[in-house]
Amino acid sequence: MYSFEPNEEQQMLIDAVTRYAKGDLRPAGREAEESKSLPQKLIRKGWELGVLQASTPEPYGGFGDRSAVTGVLAADAMAWGDLAGTLAVMTPGLFTLPILLAGSEEQKKQWIEPIVAADWQAFSAALIEPAFDFDPNDLKTTAAAEGDGFVLNGVKTMVPFAETAEALIVYANLNGATKGFIVPKNTPGLAVSAREKLMSLNALPLYRVTLADVKIPQSNLLAGDFAPVLAAMRVANAALALGVAQGALEYARDYAKERQAFGVKIAQKQAIAFMLAEMATEIEAMRLLTWEAAWMLDAGKEDAFMQAYLASTGAADMVMMVTDRAVQILGGHGYIREYPVEMWMRNGRGFTTFTGLAIV
Amino acid sequence: MTIEFETPKPIVNFRFMLQTVADNMMRPVSREMDENEHQIPYDYIEFMHTAMKSTGAGSLAPRESKKEEDPAKPKHAPIAYQSLASMLEMLAWGDVGMYLITPGGGLGAAAVQAAGSPEQKAKFLARFNGEKPTFAAMCMTEPQAGSDTSAIRATAVLDKATNEWILNGEKIFVTAGHKSFVPDEKFGAGFIVVWATIDPTAGRAGMRAFVVEAGTPGVTVTKLEHKLGIRVSDTAAIALVDARVPYDHVLGSPTVEKTTTGFKGAMATFDATRPLVAATGVGVARAALEELKKLLAEQGVTVRYGLPRQKLSAIERDVIDMEIMLKSAWLMVLKAVWMADNQKSNALESSMSKVRAGDIVTKITQKVVEIMGPLGYSREYLLEKWFRDAKITDIYEGTGQINRLVVARQILGYSGAELR
Repeated sequence: MYSFEPNEEQQMLIDAVTRYAKGDLRPAGREAEESKSLPQKLIRKGWELGVLQASTPEPYGGFGDRSAVTGVLAADAMAWGDLAGTLAVMTPGLFTLPILLAGSEEQKKQWIEPIVAADWQAFSAALIEPAFDFDPNDLKTTAAAEGDGFVLNGVKTMVPFAETAEALIVYANLNGATKGFIVPKNTPGLAVSAREKLMSLNALPLYRVTLADVKIPQSNLLAGDFAPVLAAMRVANAALALGVAQGALEYARDYAKERQAFGVKIAQKQAIAFMLAEMATEIEAMRLLTWEAAWMLDAGKEDAFMQAYLASTGAADMVMMVTDRAVQILGGHGYIREYPVEMWMRNGRGFTTFTGLAIV
Repeated sequence: MTIEFETPKPIVNFRFMLQTVADNMMRPVSREMDENEHQIPYDYIEFMHTAMKSTGAGSLAPRESKKEEDPAKPKHAPIAYQSLASMLEMLAWGDVGMYLITPGGGLGAAAVQAAGSPEQKAKFLARFNGEKPTFAAMCMTEPQAGSDTSAIRATAVLDKATNEWILNGEKIFVTAGHKSFVPDEKFGAGFIVVWATIDPTAGRAGMRAFVVEAGTPGVTVTKLEHKLGIRVSDTAAIALVDARVPYDHVLGSPTVEKTTTGFKGAMATFDATRPLVAATGVGVARAALEELKKLLAEQGVTVRYGLPRQKLSAIERDVIDMEIMLKSAWLMVLKAVWMADNQKSNALESSMSKVRAGDIVTKITQKVVEIMGPLGYSREYLLEKWFRDAKITDIYEGTGQINRLVVARQILGYSGAELR
């Protein structure tokens, strides 16, 4: 059947995440962006909400079945508060969820429980490459079989917490297919450069990572298919875009109901009201598409991967449109850094690039 | 509750059946009906009537989902609106103009459903299960009053001597108005639902809907409009001059209270029907997009889903964008009708789905004509027809603009006075 309401457990999680987004992330977002750092306490508090744990089966230290739908709902609610903070909270999932989806039983047992059952620790992943035609299914980073293992070569960019990460999953091209490789810190040939300087997400430590003849044992290969991992990254991307857009819509709406011009609130002008109506409609459209994609992933539907691609592509356009209009509705105030919407617009522009920064 | 997108079995079955109807009874005559405006596809009409009678569906008019005897333990989730939206999407995929002349009551019956008493429902709606295909229509729009329905001037005055309402006024843009009102030996006797005011000083509070039986003296179909698209559907102008209607043909309260229940009755009809109109828009959009993909495939063009934007061709980008528009618009329809089925207030979702469907069906059909170039523009194909048919989605049942206004008021918490 069709149904459009989160179940009780999901609703409880959404409520908890929303309190954190509102009470912790949102108030800290601007300062974190300007100072280029996130308080460790803030990340820890978000981690303790147990979003990743809720989607990790019990044998591996969690307390729920893996659910992309639940992950999407949580990511949407959290990104409403602040995108960089949300990505930081979600970073360890970049390491554990691909293992859950594409790893062997041994790998799951070895890696997942110690991470999800402990405090937040830096475990991360490297997918994005510094090229205009970056394609997760056609990576320039290579893996070649050598002896009992593999040799990795290439350059990765926008790798969260790479400098402090205990281990990374590095994605590389193995005979034409994308595969994940577990690369522990201090592996010879793995070099982390200085932090990336980006248009936004300055609070999130993102690094360029170079792999020069990095030797990896056979046991560190995630042998499973990359497609479900990529799809889970795509719905995560879409969900985060929804949260950012929702925050921008609500902020612009509230501003428009306060701001007076020509004797009325500007929200009473159709020019503004219609913009808000279209923003809300676009968000709703992409939210439903994202929910459906996540549900299809959970249900193992045939077209799930394509749907995830469509949701991610559509949500990236949507969030750009919505955040741009939020800036426009605030006018000059939208452009100054005293207000948050310009930051959200910078975030919004990134979603065509962000696939690989989060997974649900 | 849960988040779920599995199409219920009964809907899958209905759609399978209607796909056959669309393939065999609609598409083959689609072009002919477009070229010969107002020609009546009796075969389709009679087939649909027989089919709906035999399945017990009777009518395509929206109706409430049956209440469970024990609400604590519902046997089945209510899916009446969801089924209806799914069926209309499929019929519109076949031919949206022909869908509009599907017998069974349409918007007229919808108004009775939304605003009528149980007795009135029994009295007026039984006919759709009769021997012959039967139509009903809604008369709301007037030459000077479209989206601003509170500006209608048609009047209803009670003649206390005979206990009849006397209706006067001029109605236009009445979908299926001719088939509903003018006797045709192949059709059963239908009715039109006329919106009029019982107190012109009372504004919206004075508005009521009246059921006017086919052939009522004083009522004349004065004109059939010639249109950009949906040409097989008759769009009538109807004049009412001292037309007499029995007292109990008024839907809702016969007296003017300080409330605006009459107007709210009209608006409730729209909350119920907007997602259905949106569903038909989605059907047309799907028809166009599927045909485009088929024609492109014949030219050796395949769309490489999954590639980053930077690697896609312009046509691939367009097709992917259209896929996104289409799928998300359909989900918005589903959510709005799911809410209706579950007795949740859906004014916002209903109007949003209409805004979205009106937008995407015009964009998609335009783009499909553009991409196919001279073939898109040719009357050899149906692409140009769908482009013309599509535009009505953004106009009737509330234009895209009036629906934006409804959405904006909802999200801003504004009344009609605060946001005009």
